[in-house]
Amino acid sequence: MSDHHNETFISKYIFSLDHKMIAKQFLITGMFMGVVGMLMSILFRLQLSNPGESFAILEWFLGDKWAPGGVLDPNMYLALVTMHGTILIFWVLTAGLTGTFANFLIPLQIGARDMASGFINMLSYWFFFAATVVLLISLFVETGPASAGWTIYPPLSALPQAIPGSGLGQDLWLISMTLFIVSSLLGGLNYIVTILNLRTKGMSMSRLPLTMWALLIVAILGVLSFPVLLSASLLLIFDRSFGTSFYLSDIVIGGEALHHTGGSPILFEHLFWFLGHPEVYIILLPALGIVSEIISVNSRKPIFGYKAMVISLIAIAFLSFIVWGHHMFITGMDPFLGSVFTFTTLLIAIPSAVKVFNYLATLWRASIRFTPAMLFAIGFVSTFITGGLTGLILGDSALDINVHDTYFVVGHFHIVMGLSAIYGMFAGVYHWFPKMYGRMMNKKLGYFHFWVTFISAYGVFFPMHFLGLAGLPRRYYTNSAFPMFDGLSDINEIITFFAILGGVVQLLFIFNFFYSIFKGTKATENPWRSNTLEWTTPIERIHGNWPGKIPSVHRWAYDYSKPGSDKDFIPQTEPLKEGETEH
Amino acid sequence: MTNLLIILIAFLVIATLVQILRVGELLSEVRNLDVNKVTEKDNKTQSFLMGSVGILFLVSCVWQYFSWEHLMLPAASSEHGVTIDKLMAFTMILIIVVFFILHIILFYFLYKYRKGDHNDVAYYYPHNNKLELIWTIAPTIVLTVVILYGLSVWDQITNADTSKSQVIEVYGKQFDWMARYPGEDETLGSYNYKLVQGLNALGVDMQDEASLDDKLTRELHLVVDEPVLLKLRSQDIIHSAFLPHFRVQMNCVPGMSTQFAFTPTKTTSEMKEQEGDSFEYVLLCNKICGAAHYNMQMKVVVETQEEYDNWLSQKNTLSEKLITKK
Ligand code: HEM
Ligand SMILES: [Cu+2]
Ligand SMILES: [Cu+2]
Repeated sequence: MSDHHNETFISKYIFSLDHKMIAKQFLITGMFMGVVGMLMSILFRLQLSNPGESFAILEWFLGDKWAPGGVLDPNMYLALVTMHGTILIFWVLTAGLTGTFANFLIPLQIGARDMASGFINMLSYWFFFAATVVLLISLFVETGPASAGWTIYPPLSALPQAIPGSGLGQDLWLISMTLFIVSSLLGGLNYIVTILNLRTKGMSMSRLPLTMWALLIVAILGVLSFPVLLSASLLLIFDRSFGTSFYLSDIVIGGEALHHTGGSPILFEHLFWFLGHPEVYIILLPALGIVSEIISVNSRKPIFGYKAMVISLIAIAFLSFIVWGHHMFITGMDPFLGSVFTFTTLLIAIPSAVKVFNYLATLWRASIRFTPAMLFAIGFVSTFITGGLTGLILGDSALDINVHDTYFVVGHFHIVMGLSAIYGMFAGVYHWFPKMYGRMMNKKLGYFHFWVTFISAYGVFFPMHFLGLAGLPRRYYTNSAFPMFDGLSDINEIITFFAILGGVVQLLFIFNFFYSIFKGTKATENPWRSNTLEWTTPIERIHGNWPGKIPSVHRWAYDYSKPGSDKDFIPQTEPLKEGETEH
Repeated sequence: MTNLLIILIAFLVIATLVQILRVGELLSEVRNLDVNKVTEKDNKTQSFLMGSVGILFLVSCVWQYFSWEHLMLPAASSEHGVTIDKLMAFTMILIIVVFFILHIILFYFLYKYRKGDHNDVAYYYPHNNKLELIWTIAPTIVLTVVILYGLSVWDQITNADTSKSQVIEVYGKQFDWMARYPGEDETLGSYNYKLVQGLNALGVDMQDEASLDDKLTRELHLVVDEPVLLKLRSQDIIHSAFLPHFRVQMNCVPGMSTQFAFTPTKTTSEMKEQEGDSFEYVLLCNKICGAAHYNMQMKVVVETQEEYDNWLSQKNTLSEKLITKK
């Protein structure tokens, strides 16, 4: 393994088989897409706070077809919202987050030289890359990119007569998503096999760091749910292109009665959310894992209730498969089914609450070191609390009647899923950067980045709950068509102000990232004084990870401040002392 | 030219940032310090910030509530809406209390337990089964209450007795709404999407006797305190009939018929007195349906039986409309 000396530029940086390089490829692609997605949100926020006003920047980015005279076109508004959602959910927080940390951490934290199959791993990235290219191309087609929302409900997504984005743009979206799913399945299978089979001597399942548990469960969720989206997409492709009627029935559009009968759009919704709900946990769980690790390391204290943390992860993952109907309470679904989904959905609050209590218990009597990673991990705990609680309203079918599809939902999911996962991702990047690049990220910029992000993110998403409670529907190009919403313009201006502030400060993060890759101060082998195996590898990040034998493991990952030791951390490789008990 | 200028400025900003960082790093190298090591001073500042920004965040939540409360929807104008509002108030109070308690604990711990001289060693406390049992059981009990309460409300709403309800069809298409009233026979005529044409916008089957006296309208009028059953259909893609003031929402799905039963309790004029003269009830579209989704609306009026009868009697029946025009 370790005689990979004659590497060329191409085999090292492009078609690399090394999990660490593949992780960086995912990360950088994810960051790039993050900038694209965020920019889109700022463009459509301008329209929402200043409806009908002209902005040079809109015309500059969208041209005079989609922003004639600098005023955003309504179809383009929907296209931007759709692409923003698609990019952030799938590209940034699924591939960008899991792709980065699963690839980077799995072999390092379980003590393996690489993934089970380096080749499949490489394929996983290149399928993702191809998906990215197709998605980006779709931004430039004549009729515009897909515009039916990231949930692409047919018939809107099936009929180009209904919205221009459902023409070529939607085809490309579906092709891109197919490639994406292939990538995600290849990656997921590899992660599962690697964690189950390649653990080093002594690394029993009960000694796995929580990041590994989270990534294992996420991979299982992905493998079980993405194929369902794939079939849903294939059926949609058939309906669109080959005249079948899986989702279409009794439609008159553009003065023409279509031949489709007997299909049901509700079928699509069921299939979509069978993936879609687990998907939000696919986004959230890696962040939960990362944050558990970072909070423990920087509290210098074992994570409280390791077993409960694992069990609650499993419980959340299991439940996530039987709650999808909470997105469909008002589709005309059988009310009894609605009751069942209310019941299962609200059950998820129990393991989630356990997690929050355990984080708080970990912080209790800790000795907290405030690294930038720790700040973001704390931000995660806060957003997880805030967003989790509003979920109690949305999960309750009776209450959902009036807040469904309003800005209340937009506020809820951005906080609990968007912000939490993004914070988890930032925390992970700040924390593992020294292992990725052998250098440190600048601390002061990190602090600044956190505080501005924390304040502006709440500034954007907290007020949205009030918009929702005022009855404002989401996916509205402007709310000026209803006098009842006239009072909301102040709130909209505040939101846009914080959106721009929050967007700009991310550029500082990107600057810090690239600056530190080349110029950051040199890292030491274990800068955070952490227990997990990755910090026993040399700074020179070699193919195969450890120069000599793979270390074996003698204890769990959380022996911080254990009485009877002279240091405040005991790496997993250190054998138990005589008479010492394992936690 | 402006583009060039923007690029130039961006370049300058980046170059300046690089230089500032370099200077900082070089200075500390001279002093043999590691700039990126977290010092005791950092812990102090950051934990202080955590405490204070944390409190400010909580204060701002309260501020938002008090300054925007008047923008929220007024109390429900329907019978079941009042029950929903009660459930909402109960749930809201619950989550607001938990939100504040957990955040105060969080920010307090962060402020109190920073690493420093006085607190250099954390307390090794890996687990406590009793505690964990307590905080599994406590949320379970609370959630049991929430679930039972929620389901009983849901059951009341969805299993409402509709045998005495006035049936009205609401029909959505890109980008407007129509309503169909059953007329004297109190029965809506059957329909077939292939019949949608010209004035017969809903595809009503005129061979069906029951269709002849049906009436199509562009406004939705309801009688106060009389139960209605909305039957919802769509011509083209999914729309959603959203009547926020009544706490009513239901999707309109092509190929199937959905429904929602409720009883309005306040007339439009009562609401005008309460909320100001410009008040109107509306039905909005709340499912993304294309370019003018944001403006797909229908006026809703709640009135007395008398006003309602008067309004409806002025409308032509379908047979009058379709046959005289032909
Ligand atoms: C700068 C930060 C962000 C801003 C200002 C922002 C703002 C918005 C707004 C205003 C909408 C439109 C709501 C609507 O009309 O329905 C939206 C939609 C959405 N956003 Fe964000 N967002 C941001 C970050 C994120 C993040 C981090 C995620 C990741 C989960 C995300 C995921 C979504 C999704 C899934 C949608 C729904 C798209 C759809 O309706 O099809 N956003 N965002
Ligand atoms: Cu869900
Ligand atoms: Cu609509």
